[in-house]
Amino acid sequence: MNAREAAFLRRAKDLVDRSYAEPLDVIALARRAHVSPYHFSRRFKEAFGETPHQYVLTRRVERAQELLRNTDLSVTEICLEVGFQSLGSFSTAFHKVAGMTPTAYRATYTGHAPHIPGCWAAQWTRPLGSARMEKRAATPHD
Amino acid sequence: MKIPIIALRVLDQQRALDFYTQVLGFTVTEDMDLGAMRWLTVSPPGAPDQHVLLERVGPPIVDPETAETIDTLIAKGVGGSLFLEVDDLHATFDEVVAKGAEVVQEPMERFYGIDAAIRDDSGNQIRMTQRVETGIQAPPSAVNG
Repeated sequence: MNAREAAFLRRAKDLVDRSYAEPLDVIALARRAHVSPYHFSRRFKEAFGETPHQYVLTRRVERAQELLRNTDLSVTEICLEVGFQSLGSFSTAFHKVAGMTPTAYRATYTGHAPHIPGCWAAQWTRPLGSARMEKRAATPHD
Repeated sequence: MKIPIIALRVLDQQRALDFYTQVLGFTVTEDMDLGAMRWLTVSPPGAPDQHVLLERVGPPIVDPETAETIDTLIAKGVGGSLFLEVDDLHATFDEVVAKGAEVVQEPMERFYGIDAAIRDDSGNQIRMTQRVETGIQAPPSAVNG
């Protein structure tokens, strides 16, 4: 792998870190990395140790863990907030990363968390919506 | 003791100079052609005694193959990092993004303040933090360890 390919793969990874709550599929990420979808997953894993799909799930679970620790948002709200489409896929991914259910994870922290209101935390922890990103892209002069 | 200079390896010194001065508003503090190397340092606004050496690594310090490996790591985003403390994170973030910085993380409240992350033109991560009380709990590893 040379610096040029590494830069393309890193940009795809950055896109996941930045836009984890958006619907991200491997095809779109591969396009971002300027590689064929067929090679993309393998090359991404060689570079970062996880497939792009796994990386998306891990990133979403990491964000969900922070919201579970620090907000009073419900598990369902958090599931949707970090980009999962269903509670089933959220629970499966969460258990794989954290080794327990979201509810059990939250219970671990009950008692020593100065919980902040979820509506307030959500304002700060959610990434910018696609509308603002598009607006940004459309106005490069400002 | 203090740290007057830290070295950050970059893929291209001229492009890095453009990024640090035009996007981040740094000032060039030293730019000298020393023959085999270009000694290029920049300082953040308001801190002229803090220098980042924008360093290009290659022969004769390392062989071409090692230089290529280092460049690949930089481009992959694991070459180096810079942590900046800012007064108004949201304002600074909006400004650097408008000037074309690649975003890694939008502004978020963390247990240590508000922060955001961007990349420099080489792929080095630049983490910007505004130190404010957020009331957010530190993760268990930070509390216990």
